Amino acid sequence: MPRAATVLRLAALVLLVAFLVTPQSFAPLFAPLTQYGAPPIYDQGNLLTLALAQLGTVCLAAAASSIVAVGLGILVTRPSGAQFLPLSRTLVNIGQTFPPVAVLAVAVPLVGFGEKPTLIALFAYGLLPIFENTLVGLKTCPPAVLEAASGMGMNARQRLLSVELPLATPLILEGIRLSLVINVGTATIGSTVAAKGLGEVIIAGLLSSNTAFILQGGLLTGLMAILLYDGLAGLERRLLRPVTLD
Amino acid sequence: MIAVESLTKRYGETPVVDNVSLTVERHSITVIVGTSGSGKSTLLRMINRLVEPTSGRVLIDGRDTRGEPAYLLRRRIGYVIQGYGLFPHRTVAENIATVPRLLGWDVRRIEARITELLEVFSLDPALYAGALPHELSGGQQQRVGVARALAAEPLVLLMDEPFGALDPIIRAKAQDDLLDIQRRFGMTVVLVTHDMDEAFRLGNQVAVMSGGRLLQYDRPAVLLTRPADPFVSRLTGLADRAMRLLSLVTAGEAVLPGASDGPAVASTTSLREVLSELLWCGADSARVVDANGVVRGRLTVAAILARGRP
Repeated sequence: MPRAATVLRLAALVLLVAFLVTPQSFAPLFAPLTQYGAPPIYDQGNLLTLALAQLGTVCLAAAASSIVAVGLGILVTRPSGAQFLPLSRTLVNIGQTFPPVAVLAVAVPLVGFGEKPTLIALFAYGLLPIFENTLVGLKTCPPAVLEAASGMGMNARQRLLSVELPLATPLILEGIRLSLVINVGTATIGSTVAAKGLGEVIIAGLLSSNTAFILQGGLLTGLMAILLYDGLAGLERRLLRPVTLD
Repeated sequence: MIAVESLTKRYGETPVVDNVSLTVERHSITVIVGTSGSGKSTLLRMINRLVEPTSGRVLIDGRDTRGEPAYLLRRRIGYVIQGYGLFPHRTVAENIATVPRLLGWDVRRIEARITELLEVFSLDPALYAGALPHELSGGQQQRVGVARALAAEPLVLLMDEPFGALDPIIRAKAQDDLLDIQRRFGMTVVLVTHDMDEAFRLGNQVAVMSGGRLLQYDRPAVLLTRPADPFVSRLTGLADRAMRLLSLVTAGEAVLPGASDGPAVASTTSLREVLSELLWCGADSARVVDANGVVRGRLTVAAILARGRP
């Protein structure tokens, strides 16, 4: 099984790179989906540039969500910040339940068209998984370990940095990974407000009834999300020491 | 020396520890024993200020423990808990290095100390320094827990049910190790347990607590012969108090001059074990032999029985 998974992963990577670098070589595949001689491959922009732009937006938003969500998670698990837990949870939940499209609609009048409203929508949408995972990670540190840390003479900051955060790291990273993957897909709607990304391809397909465009935009986005999740998980396994909590 | 003066801890109206005073001599082992909910752990945790007392104070070598921030105080006091609380993401060596690092020791001194402690606790540094806690057995984890507590050469070691999770054979070994280590490093030990046998085996002094109050604080033999409270005699056990008393005296301490053709017993053996050996062999007396094999004298059944009375 692991070998089959590796082969699939490699195949997905090769497919993604090949499509982004030489999109025209896939034209025969998509031609049957077009009508009236419309172009089978998106031709109003470079797919590679669009994909990288989308990835950049998503990463920037994830970085901001991570800083805010992990920071909030740390704050509300301190004795002095515990009272902010219900408030933080509500805010983060609103970020997730408020539809990103609606966020865009609200944000555009405030910050104008382009990247900015998309960043705001993705930032708000990505907070929840990181925040909740940070909370679980910090709250499930074994009590004996925390007691030992205090008993050894660590102050609150030392205990947080050298015991609590390292123990919560796997869960926090998982939250960030989840948030990234959700947002790779969500980012496509940014193209409705003129953010650069593969959403442009999908929207062009919708406007001109070109199924080939819609399909390739969706396919590329999906491949990116899967590979990103997989790649980050692999990186984590390599970098982190295996920790068993019992 | 640790002086606990009228220490009280209340949560709301209920006192968990109620006006407890006791003095722990330097280089001794004091065991606090009691049932669960007796306040024994809270009393222990007030010594290193993991719990702040409602009233009263603790002096260590004459200095009030409130004279410095709690975390600085704790770096000078070793602390071992049930479950050990080893840092699962750190190696054995890193775990042991915790307090020396907090104190800013230089790297070479820390490494030397880690190697020394691993050897003292019979853990081969080459095998175990780089191991993670989950790769160790329960007994090994326990030893690393104690080694970590002793890393910065504390004068005081606090232990909260340190052997509670071990099986009886490993527990007995761990108790012997603690006695050896206490003799070697000379630190003052305060240990909390609910196990009376453990208290009698380890304690130079035993404090019996119930309902937050200190019922009696004395040498184990006095607890048996002159219990201050019915609860103390219930806890120490009425049925086998004579045998308990015998277990507190070694053959070397009770040896009498004279020869014997009975079985040979080591001078470190307790009278309880000597008596058992004599019953088993059907002999009236035993030869007491010291560590070098030299005969020190003899012990008769009558002499042993006389020691089992108050």
